[in-house]
Amino acid sequence: MTRRQELVLGVLGTVLAFGACETVARAGFVRRSYLPPASEVLVRAVRLAGDGAFLDGVGATLRAWALGLALACAIAVPLGLLLGTVPGLDAALRAIVEFLRPLPSVALIPLVSLLLGSSTSAEVTLIAYASLWPVLFNTVYGLAETDPLAKDTLRAFGFGRLAVLLRVELPGTAPFIAAGVRISAAVALILAVASEILSGFGEGLGIFIAQAETATDGTRDVLAGVVWAGTLGLVINGVLVGAERRLFRWAHEAPPARRQSGPGRQEAPT
Amino acid sequence: MTADRRRARRAPEDSRTRGPRTAEGAATGRDRVPDGSRSGQAGTPGGSRTRRAPAARDSRFRSRPARAAVPLLLRWSVLLAAVAGWEAAARAHGSVYFPPPLRIARHAHDLWFSGPLDHLFLTGAAVDTILPSLGRMAAGFTLAAVAGTALGITVGRSRRAYALCNPVLQFARAVPPPALVPVFVVVFDFGTPMQVASIAFSAVWPVLVNSAEGARATDPLRLEVAAVLRLTGPERLWFLVLPSALPRIFAGLRLSLSLSLILMVFSELLPGSADGIGFTLTDAQTRSDLLTVWSALMLLGVLGHLLNTGLLAVERRLIGPGRVS
Repeated sequence: MTRRQELVLGVLGTVLAFGACETVARAGFVRRSYLPPASEVLVRAVRLAGDGAFLDGVGATLRAWALGLALACAIAVPLGLLLGTVPGLDAALRAIVEFLRPLPSVALIPLVSLLLGSSTSAEVTLIAYASLWPVLFNTVYGLAETDPLAKDTLRAFGFGRLAVLLRVELPGTAPFIAAGVRISAAVALILAVASEILSGFGEGLGIFIAQAETATDGTRDVLAGVVWAGTLGLVINGVLVGAERRLFRWAHEAPPARRQSGPGRQEAPT
Repeated sequence: MTADRRRARRAPEDSRTRGPRTAEGAATGRDRVPDGSRSGQAGTPGGSRTRRAPAARDSRFRSRPARAAVPLLLRWSVLLAAVAGWEAAARAHGSVYFPPPLRIARHAHDLWFSGPLDHLFLTGAAVDTILPSLGRMAAGFTLAAVAGTALGITVGRSRRAYALCNPVLQFARAVPPPALVPVFVVVFDFGTPMQVASIAFSAVWPVLVNSAEGARATDPLRLEVAAVLRLTGPERLWFLVLPSALPRIFAGLRLSLSLSLILMVFSELLPGSADGIGFTLTDAQTRSDLLTVWSALMLLGVLGHLLNTGLLAVERRLIGPGRVS
């Protein structure tokens, strides 16, 4: 099957799914206020793009998202480099990490809101905590993946620990870190929306969805918000994938045997 | 000795902490695609190799099996030391917000685990909070796992069906799951059906997408052999497609499991829910009962750890450590 055919089928599938939602809603199996037709939702979503207040909200969500993600990277990358280069430290801290990681970060919302109140800083803290783990783990794995031959060569030439780190290990790890950031970006978006829906941290897309829920004709607005959230997720992922490919061309064009171990450790959202 | 067989010999501790995560990466493997398409187009024939690569990565840990016990000891002693340090710091500081861990543990014990023997030491409060939460999560996760695997394999077995569904699937996966919960609240109102539905609906996508990819990556050569042997459809599914998709299905299941835990807590945190661990959390929050908040967090951490370990045990049983499909 050619790429073109795949594209056509994909468009067809989207249209079919859209049509199915539309028919189910119009046929009257379910109440109109429960499931509005897809076209109405889409029109509403498009109309929201012209709504200044809504766009400000989306901007606020994105700001918190970016801030939290940046904070997570600023902590996770140096920490990961430290853990990855000092094996003893990694072994020692692993137990602590293994007990912190499975904690669903959404559960931290009550604690954080008691500690910090319902401010943007609480939202950013939560996002940073949740998106810390993928970047951290990917950094550690990336370091373990770097070419031992290159490291040994550099060491043989008398380069110090730091030089090896900067010249071989960091460039080798960068694609892994980038993959971690991409995974974290999705996690951060989940947390941004969730914390806004739950406790009205800041103002944003989540707040819009939570408020629409209680309004009359609310489902349509909720679903329009969901369309926006999904589009944001797709765009963010697309941009990051594109940036990764542009920055780390070699990691994607390596010969097949090598490519199999290319960057892409996945980390479940926590 | 191949990397995989060595991997099998590794200390179980190591395969718990390292194996799964790398497998998750291998399975979702978005980045292994040279033409840059998304996860959907993950390399078809090379798929079986993706599990080998993470195993090779662990060589630095296996090269010194004699010392395997040392990190293990170190790990636990450091954990104990950290908890002890936390205890000392919290006692010295005396902040209301950060109670000492011993008090948290005692509080959790009093709250949930000091019941009679015939109730497995569970108190009434535990039966009222932990069991409903776990029940809803189990229901939602099971629904998502069964539906996701079935649909994913159906979609993945035909290139056409896959191309047809891919964009819709990608969009559904990109939606942050909590954003959809308000929709379920409107449709089902508060209560168990809403919570189970929102867990199932959010957790289904990772399994679905991964199963589809796994089914797609079945070795074409083996499929041809199956055709020569005149295997029937169900036989082909059972002996060929399912085993080769299993590693990826489990990678999806692991993602789904943590999503179910998140959604379980999230749906109980919403104003309007009546019981569950999440409800305990919000309830304690409104009463500023920080000790209960910390206890519930601890409980969730332990539950998450146990559930994850359980799923990994099942996975190792079914697939074997690092077995290449």
